Amino acid sequence: MKNSKENLVLKTENLSIGYQQKKSTKIIRSEINLEIKKGKLVAILGKNGIGKSTLLRTLSKVQEPLSGKIFINQKNMQELSEKELSTQLSLVLTERLPESQLTVYEIIALGRQPYTNWIDKLCTSDIEKIEVAIEQTEIEHLKNSRFHELSDGQLQRVLIARALAQDTEIIILDEPTAHLDMHHTIKIFSLLKELVLKTQKTIIISSHEVNLAIQLADEMMLLSSDTLHFGTPTELIKANAFTTLFPKELVTFNKTLAQFVITKI
Amino acid sequence: MKEKNYSKHFLLLSVILIVFFFLNIRFGSVSIPFKDIFNILFGEDISKDSWETIIINFRVPKAITAILVGSGLSVCGLLMQTLFRNPLAGPFVLGISSGASLGVAILILGSSVFGGALLTNSFSNLSLPIAASFGAFLVLSSVILAANKVRNTMSILIIGLMFGSLTSAVISVLAYFSEAAQIQQYLFWSFGSLGNLSWNELIVLSSIYSVGIVGTIFVIKPLNSLLLGESYAKSLGINIKKSRNIILLITSLLTGVITAFSGPIAFVGLAVPHIAKIIFSSSNHKILLPATAIIGAIVLLICDSIAQLPTSEFSLPINAITSLFGAPVVIWLLIRKKKLYV
Repeated sequence: MKNSKENLVLKTENLSIGYQQKKSTKIIRSEINLEIKKGKLVAILGKNGIGKSTLLRTLSKVQEPLSGKIFINQKNMQELSEKELSTQLSLVLTERLPESQLTVYEIIALGRQPYTNWIDKLCTSDIEKIEVAIEQTEIEHLKNSRFHELSDGQLQRVLIARALAQDTEIIILDEPTAHLDMHHTIKIFSLLKELVLKTQKTIIISSHEVNLAIQLADEMMLLSSDTLHFGTPTELIKANAFTTLFPKELVTFNKTLAQFVITKI
Repeated sequence: MKEKNYSKHFLLLSVILIVFFFLNIRFGSVSIPFKDIFNILFGEDISKDSWETIIINFRVPKAITAILVGSGLSVCGLLMQTLFRNPLAGPFVLGISSGASLGVAILILGSSVFGGALLTNSFSNLSLPIAASFGAFLVLSSVILAANKVRNTMSILIIGLMFGSLTSAVISVLAYFSEAAQIQQYLFWSFGSLGNLSWNELIVLSSIYSVGIVGTIFVIKPLNSLLLGESYAKSLGINIKKSRNIILLITSLLTGVITAFSGPIAFVGLAVPHIAKIIFSSSNHKILLPATAIIGAIVLLICDSIAQLPTSEFSLPINAITSLFGAPVVIWLLIRKKKLYV
């Protein structure tokens, strides 16, 4: 029992997420109770606008929770400083990077900022971590290119490498395959799966790739307008949870195929 | 970040800086040979006392002012471009030059509007810088106050621009009611000038300048992480609000004091960071900050030398030269490279 508690890297207690406006509060979702263990690939699925990004933003402290608590390695996130949090949790976002002349290596090296001194000097251990991240994401050949010369798939790998260099137990990725074709989508998914197995990091992603997530994710969170299901893909299939994901007119979930199929028109 | 070796670039730039420093001292209404300039600078006796006065009390302070103003404004431009992640930002986007202009306008133009109640016609040397600093400080504190109310960094940019429009409107109204002589006097201030500083004023300028420049060294790390955007910078443990305030403070201190002493010098702050980015093709602030400072100093020394050259009798307004000389250079660089970076 004690062991399983130590393995909990992320836990939420009655978490409410949404937006606090001056006069009104827009609650997007409340009563979120999650327990995410070490070394898992967790996929959050749900249709557009259901609150996936808001949840990820709240879990990564980009946005404040409306109420409830988030624990990272048993520590209340509210009590962690930005600096402490930056050694526990790293991000890969969907927003475009501002136009600059940063090289791939420089971007990955920025991942070491939580550990470098005030003038941002890289020591040997920093350089080692950067090299390992480059190797794990197989971007050795891109090292010296500028990031704006890269394709979307390559850039995504670079950003993942940056998060790896940050050396955190949790990596959160917001729709890491948003602009990618099928080949690169699968490539990113298998890279993430491989990283989870190799490094025992916990990787949380939001995604629209239901079929891939069912095959590769260790745990899934399905968000619909009034329900939240959390479990392993097989558990969720058994519990008919996938039918809540989309309105039934267009697609239905085929349990034997373990994927969505278009309803005959 | 891993640094490429740029020492050759920096060495070359330093040599150019020194060459233009002496060329700048060489040019002026009185022609003094280099040999005598060196003799004067190294304390050896010289046949003409008037030359010594010209060099020590006019040309050297002016050249040093050019270096401080050029590098200070350029560094501020770089800070603003990174903070707002906007290649069109410059040191004056926060409305600081408008604030300084307002201060000076009230001093000069206001004296006629308010019936000479504010000041007599004879302005002491320091009253202009004091009025300019006061105006800059006023606008700047309003911008910083507003900046802490808004979450979005881009809004600060707009707020700065709005303050700029507001102050220029007030200046127009003042000018409308002023006499021609006063408007002319104000106009002369707005042309900018590097040559009016005594050694004492130069000491004030350079000590505040040093505080600002040393401050920039401490924001290199947040500046580099801001190149990824604010969300990433925050996730890397950077305190965005604190860093933003320090960057705003440094910029306002530097541009405020520079504008106070030399008038609103256009263009350098916007253009020089881009020249540095193109020459060094880097976005790393450890490289860009010193590069921008040196290039800014060189550019303003060149501009000032050009302003002196044509007639040798009297000089052209520095503000016109910076734009006349600088704009074509940047257009040319852009056409060659085709892209501006933050």
